[in-house]
Amino acid sequence: MLPGFGLSFGFTLAWLTLIVLIPLATIFLKAAGLGWSEFLAVGFSRRAMAAYQLSFGTAAVAGLVNAVFGLIVAWVLVRYDFTGKQVVSALVDLPFALPTAVAGIALTALYTPTGWIGQFLEPLGIKVAFTWIGITIALVFIGLPFVVRSVEPVLADLGREVEEAAATLGATRWQTFTRVIFPAIGPALLTGFALAFARGVGEYGSVIFISGNMPGRTEIAPLLIVTQLEQYAYAGATAIAVVMMLASFAVLLLINLVQAASRRRTGA
Amino acid sequence: MSMAPTSESPLARAALITVALVFLGFFLLLPLLAVFSEALRQGAGPFLDALHTPDALAAIRLTLLIAAISVPLNMVFGVAASWAITKFQFPGKALLITLIDLPFSVSPVVSGLIFVLLFGANGLFGAWLAEHDLKIIFAVPGIVLATVFITFPFVARELIPLMLEQGKDDEEAAISLGANGWQTFWHVTLPNIRWGLLYGVLLCNARAMGEFGAVSVVSGHIRGETNTMPLHVEILYNEYDFVGAFAVASLLALLALVTLIAKTVLEWRFGLHAGARH
Repeated sequence: MLPGFGLSFGFTLAWLTLIVLIPLATIFLKAAGLGWSEFLAVGFSRRAMAAYQLSFGTAAVAGLVNAVFGLIVAWVLVRYDFTGKQVVSALVDLPFALPTAVAGIALTALYTPTGWIGQFLEPLGIKVAFTWIGITIALVFIGLPFVVRSVEPVLADLGREVEEAAATLGATRWQTFTRVIFPAIGPALLTGFALAFARGVGEYGSVIFISGNMPGRTEIAPLLIVTQLEQYAYAGATAIAVVMMLASFAVLLLINLVQAASRRRTGA
Repeated sequence: MSMAPTSESPLARAALITVALVFLGFFLLLPLLAVFSEALRQGAGPFLDALHTPDALAAIRLTLLIAAISVPLNMVFGVAASWAITKFQFPGKALLITLIDLPFSVSPVVSGLIFVLLFGANGLFGAWLAEHDLKIIFAVPGIVLATVFITFPFVARELIPLMLEQGKDDEEAAISLGANGWQTFWHVTLPNIRWGLLYGVLLCNARAMGEFGAVSVVSGHIRGETNTMPLHVEILYNEYDFVGAFAVASLLALLALVTLIAKTVLEWRFGLHAGARH
């Protein structure tokens, strides 16, 4: 038996309680103090509803874009060899390492009508900066590594034997992918989507520069919390934060249930 | 009929690689290049001038100070938590790991908000703090608290899988040879986990220096006093001082690049791997 359990466990629990648990409990305590009618009035105001719709909607679209392209990136990194693969692989983690405010102003610079990319979209009538499309692009940036890094290890561990068996039985490559490979990496892909989605819903720094922040139109939920705080509307900020947290937890719980069900079905 | 293929045709391969590279080019590489290009738009002179203002220097100093306090705190916590979790059996271990991960699922803005509700002027301890002339929100302690909260899981997350894999045979051997607990930790465990620890600290530091949302809520944006580098980027940007904003941003982008390179080297040299969550 090794020594140090009491010290390490006690310190861990005390530090966790002080830094994470008590502060997080405060927000639910504060929300409970509001009472139902006020909670509903400020937590589900028309402006708040528009913000939830925008935040959850753009996070979902960005999650789907990342699920498709993140899978392709993971596939290419695991299965193929090409020059510069090491660099590409390192670059995938850029959104984890680059401060969100830096990403925010860089993306805005790219997509304004005079920016490197915006100048080509402007003549086509596509407005990205200061619209929901810009918000989605920022969330694609932020969420990509979650999908790639979730799918990569599962794809790498996948035995080639089943694919060879499928081929021997006459399956085309596409059939093998849709019927053999995809079901095996599906849960990891769903995890990646869920992580990217949850991150996207709460994301602030990379979005606020490109979004334009018009109430009811391009105002994301985290920004609405900040706006409420700046006006000393603590009840509003708290209620919106609680609604967001509960909705995010509900989505993550739902995805966990779906995964548990699919594991039972496949017997894995 | 020949056997069906077990890998994609060369054409499909080339197409998939192209799609992946074009996507990464547009979404990752271009934003990174844009930072440096915008910062140097008017040449090196204005770029260096923007970094030499008293406010920019104060922001750099504050960011370094915040990281110098928060990262060691989370390093000690990460090592203690991993020691308890990987060397002993106790009920509720899975719950403990979930709770340690909790800050990852909270919006940065909410992470700042909780400390405002606790220590702000109208917060739970607001009146008491005012009576004793203590300031946490809109001051450095609040920024440290928010940063410690945001980066809470980083070190523990990297150490737990590593220490689980290493088991506890080495430590048990040291103890049976008469070493005490601290000797075992310093001479056996620490050398075993040092690269994993460095890896976790690296990721923790990148986030601590770059955190924006949580810090923005608790800082009050007082120039020269509570302005970190990411907040200074925002202020300059909102004042249309784009060269200044991108100049400070380029320092943060350099930090990100150094972090990525060090991370890649550690992964390649020591087989370390980051989790999918950060």
